[in-house]
Amino acid sequence: MGELWAGIREAVQLILSGDREVREIALRTVYVSGLATFLAMLTGIPAGYALARRRFPGRTLVLGAVNTGMGMPPVVVGLVVWLLLVRSGPLGGLELIYTREAMVLAQFLIATPLVIGFTAAAVQALPPELPELLQVLGAGPVRRLWLLAREARLGLLAAVMAGFGGVVSEVGASMAVGGNLQGETRVLTTAIVTETSRGNTERALALGLILLGLAFAVNLVLTRAQQRSG
Amino acid sequence: MGRGRAWLALGLAGVLASAAACGDGAAAGPGASPGAGQPGRVGGSLILATTTSTQDSGLLEALVPLFEAATGTRVKVIAVGSGAALAMARRGDADAVLSHAPEAEAPLVASGDLVEGRRVMHNDFVLVGPPADPAGVRGAGSIEEAMGRIAARGTFISRGDTSGTHAKELALWRAAGLDPAAVRREETGQGMGATLNIADQRRGYTLTDRATYLALRGRLALEVLFEGAAPLLNVYHVYVVNPAKHPRVNAAQARAWAAFLVAPETQRVIGEFGRDRFGQPLFTPGAGTSAGEPGR
Repeated sequence: MGELWAGIREAVQLILSGDREVREIALRTVYVSGLATFLAMLTGIPAGYALARRRFPGRTLVLGAVNTGMGMPPVVVGLVVWLLLVRSGPLGGLELIYTREAMVLAQFLIATPLVIGFTAAAVQALPPELPELLQVLGAGPVRRLWLLAREARLGLLAAVMAGFGGVVSEVGASMAVGGNLQGETRVLTTAIVTETSRGNTERALALGLILLGLAFAVNLVLTRAQQRSG
Repeated sequence: MGRGRAWLALGLAGVLASAAACGDGAAAGPGASPGAGQPGRVGGSLILATTTSTQDSGLLEALVPLFEAATGTRVKVIAVGSGAALAMARRGDADAVLSHAPEAEAPLVASGDLVEGRRVMHNDFVLVGPPADPAGVRGAGSIEEAMGRIAARGTFISRGDTSGTHAKELALWRAAGLDPAAVRREETGQGMGATLNIADQRRGYTLTDRATYLALRGRLALEVLFEGAAPLLNVYHVYVVNPAKHPRVNAAQARAWAAFLVAPETQRVIGEFGRDRFGQPLFTPGAGTSAGEPGR
C-alpha cells in the first residue's frame, strides 16, 4: 500500500512540476496513438460501412477475420511489422524501423480491425430501410452519408474510442518497432516498462496514472460528442 | 512530412561523413576524444544493439549524450538480451554491438559478422539467494561447489532468454559437471530485474550482474552469497557489424562509437558511473586489457 500511495504522490508531483521529459513522452503518446487512430478511422469507417451494407461472396469470412483482428495481440503485429521494416527485411531500405512512423504503422494495423468491427456493428444496427428512406426524402449522397453517420454516432464514436484505447495502452508493438528510444520513440507504456525494470516503481506507477488520465481526457471529449442529443 | 526530409538530410550527412572518413581515416579514429571541441564530426545515426544491463543501469544514458555532442551522430539504443543483440548483428540489422557474452560472440567473429572487437569494461556476476540460504551456498569453496549445492538443495531461477547472463549460467552448470536440464531450474524468460523479483518472492537462487542487483537491492531480501571467482567475470566488448558483409551498415558511425567507448575520457566516465547513487562504481573500465580479475 505504501508504494501505491508513493506512486500517486509522485504522479501528482510529476504533473505539477511540469517535468519536461514526462510532458514530451505524454505528447508523443498522444501524437502516435492519435495519428494511428485517425488513419484507422479514415480507412476503417468506410470499410466497416461497406462491410455492413454490401452483400458479396465471402462476406462472412471477411467479417470473421475482422472480428479475429479485433483481438489480435499487439505483440504479434509488432513482430510482423518489425520483420518487414528491419534493415534485413523486405522494406528495410525505407529506414523506417525505430521511428515514430513505424509505431504509427503498427498501431494503425492494431486499431483498424477494431474500428471496422465496431463500425460494421453500428451500421448494421440501423434500420435497413433508412438509406432508401433518406433517398426518397430527397437527400443527396453526401447528405445521406452524413445523416446516417449521425444516426450511427453512438457506435461510430465507440469504434474510435475502442481504437484509441487499444493502441494507447499497448506496449508490445511500440517496444518492438519503436525501440523505446529516449527522446524519440519512448511513449508512456514503454517508459513504464523501462522504469519498472530499473526498479523505479513509483515513477512507473506515476506514468501509469498519467496514461490513465490522458485516456480519460480523450474519452471524455469523445463521450460528450457521443452523448450529445440529436 | 517534415520528418521524411529530415531523415533524407540525416542520410546524406551520413554518406558525406563516411566519404570524409574514407578520405581521412583519422577523422573518427581512436584519437577522437569526447567533449574536446569537435574532433570527429560524423553525423548520421547508428543502431546500437546492446544488453539490458547497460540501459537499465543508466550507463548508456550517461555516455550517449557525450558521444552525440562530440560527433553529431544520433545513437539508437536497442536494449535486448545479448542473444537478441547478436541475432540483429548477424542479419546486419544493427551497426554496432555492445555485448557481454564472449562465448556467444565468438562464432560471429569467426563468421565475419562482427569485426574490430574491443574490450570496454567489466564487472562481475554474483550468486544471490535468500538470506536463510537453505542450500548452504555461503560456505562453498568454489563456484563449482556453489552450483553443486544449489543443484542439490535449492531452486534456481533462470533468465532463460539467451541473454549473456543466461549463457553464463549455463556455462557455470556445465563447468560444475551438471546438466542444466537435470537441475531444478525455473526459467522466467524475462529481464534481470523481473527475474530478481521472482527469485526474491520464491526464495530461489539466481545469477545476476552486480550492476542490476545494486540498482534493485533496496527492494529485495536476496543477499549476495557467492562472489569473486574468476569464472564470474562479466566482460563487455564493443564490435562493429562488418560493412563488407552487410552493405547497409553505417560503418563510420559504428567505428566512431567503438573508438569513443575506449577513449581515455570515456573510460574515466565509466569508472566513476554509479558511485554517487550506489556508493561504488558499477563497471570497471578495461579498455586495452586482455585479461582481468573480477571486480571488487
